Amino acid sequence: MTIKDDHYTRLLQGVAYTVIILGSLACLIPFLLIISASLTANDSIIKDGYHFIPAQFSLEGYKTVFTFPDEVLRAYGVTLFTTVIGTTLGLFFMTMAGYVLARKDFKYRNTFSFYIYFTTLFGGGLVPWYIMITKYLHLTDSYGALIFPGLMTPFLIILMKNFIRSAVPEELFESAKMDGAGDFKIYWRIVLQLSMPGIATVGLFLALAYWNDWFSSSLFINDPHKYQLQFHLYNVINSASFIANMGAGTGVSLGSDLPTESTKMAMAIVVTGPILFLYPFIQRYFVKGLTIGAVKG
Amino acid sequence: MRHRKRKSGILLVTQLPLKGTGGLSPQIVSGTRKGRKKGFWHELVHNRVLFLMLLPTLLFFLVNSYFPMVGVYYAFTQFDFNSGLFNAPFVGLKNFEFLWRSGTLVKLTLNTIGYNLAFILLGNVLAIVCAILLSELRVKWFKKLTQSVMFLPYFVSFVILSVIVYNVFNYDNGFLNTLLSQFGANPVDVYNNPVIWILLIILFYLWKNLGYSMVIYLASITGISEEYYEAAKIDGAHIFQRIWYITVPMLKSTFVMLLLFSLGSIMKGQFDLFYQLIGNNGVLYNTTDILDTYVFRSLKVTFDVGMATAAGLYQSLFGFFLIMTVNYIIRKINDDYALF
Repeated sequence: MTIKDDHYTRLLQGVAYTVIILGSLACLIPFLLIISASLTANDSIIKDGYHFIPAQFSLEGYKTVFTFPDEVLRAYGVTLFTTVIGTTLGLFFMTMAGYVLARKDFKYRNTFSFYIYFTTLFGGGLVPWYIMITKYLHLTDSYGALIFPGLMTPFLIILMKNFIRSAVPEELFESAKMDGAGDFKIYWRIVLQLSMPGIATVGLFLALAYWNDWFSSSLFINDPHKYQLQFHLYNVINSASFIANMGAGTGVSLGSDLPTESTKMAMAIVVTGPILFLYPFIQRYFVKGLTIGAVKG
Repeated sequence: MRHRKRKSGILLVTQLPLKGTGGLSPQIVSGTRKGRKKGFWHELVHNRVLFLMLLPTLLFFLVNSYFPMVGVYYAFTQFDFNSGLFNAPFVGLKNFEFLWRSGTLVKLTLNTIGYNLAFILLGNVLAIVCAILLSELRVKWFKKLTQSVMFLPYFVSFVILSVIVYNVFNYDNGFLNTLLSQFGANPVDVYNNPVIWILLIILFYLWKNLGYSMVIYLASITGISEEYYEAAKIDGAHIFQRIWYITVPMLKSTFVMLLLFSLGSIMKGQFDLFYQLIGNNGVLYNTTDILDTYVFRSLKVTFDVGMATAAGLYQSLFGFFLIMTVNYIIRKINDDYALF
């Protein structure tokens, strides 16, 4: 190693640590701002604005959220329900599709792959799709409207296919067939067992999409009882009067001294909490999915 | 073994007229319709379980994607929800004409493509830089930790993005104005300044998606064989040369692949991002309205269904021809990189 190289290496190390630390801070700071604001007394926010460190510590935001927990709990329930059902159904269908398309002896696999892929190239647009869901499937104001549209995506099906290809060797299909196993049995007993990491990855992608979905609620749901969690949060943030109305249904008058600002931020934390909490455990599955997906679809 | 060989020989015979139907050209298929039909029915019966397992997926895309394609008919009508689905008066190309004459189409197209180009270029360059720098970090736990932190924004919903924007930029007590007033500067009314939002949208796009593409590039960097670097070291190449002449060229195929994927959807905007940041703030439309937000508003706010369908159809067709052209060109240059 030459002296020059040594010098450059140290320079690069310096640059690398600086840039990466700054980048990481930029990713974290917005969350810190929200957490800090959720722990600040509302008066202090209105008087002095948002700060990094709570100017005046208070839990009143969280107290307000949990004084009338009905709506946020119901929204939690809706999101939990749609996420579980949607992910389970979607995974079942997509693993089956991935398995069939991964079978090299299935003659029409390219045709069907293209049938699926083509939907990413061309579509009817938002409006005809909206009319399909509301006027033909009659899913307005039903959980179906929250579950159906997100069941599958071409990307995840291709990802699943690639996972199965890499996890289950082709010879295994053939030898299982020789032993008299049916196509479904091969899927159920062999493919599912062997591609568990892949299924976890695809399942988490799917679950994340359901959990973060607000769009379906805003398009198809008029009944506030069926709002998803994210759309509930959206409404809280975007209407000044929302929090003042929160107590109205229960007959408790809260007056005008309601901590609106800190409640908004507390609500954001309550909604995002599970993701932040689970993130360290699920993150590696996503990294894996991207790594395999990137190997070429 | 012998048994299998014979079997595949039989399959080959039924397969023969099908050559070339494996994929993409319906013209060829219709030319050999008869041969296909026989083969297809044979397959259907023979592999009925596999077909059955694929059925939910086929139905899903039929209902969710293919049926709605018929609905582009509304683009040529003056549709309203009361008059029934197919009773709307036919108006020909009037909706398109209006969109064109009013300048809406040009503005939306320029905005959509402009933002996407910025997203693609900045996003990829920054992701490559960050991935290379991250891969150079020597302290392992720190490397892992920072990678996780930079990937984190991808996981939160876009609604949280609007909370952050509200927290930082709202006029009365946002973080920015609090900071400014501490330094004695005047508060800024960000929500009424259309130009700032061009930067903000790009910034928040990067914030949310940088970690995602960084992880992809990082995976390709990890895949580069250590031997190249060793050899270069022996030849006296210093670290910057090693990065420039080994790592960067090795990332080319990943870059091209990601580029093509994003070029394919250059007419599709990041609806969540724009809608959560801008919402229905009309002051900002000139610089921040994209095709997706326009279509959504026409459907849900102004109920102009015909117009919304027309804009959506224009978006789909334009995007379709774009991707076909790009793919055709790529094919000519280097077949390996072609999307299909």
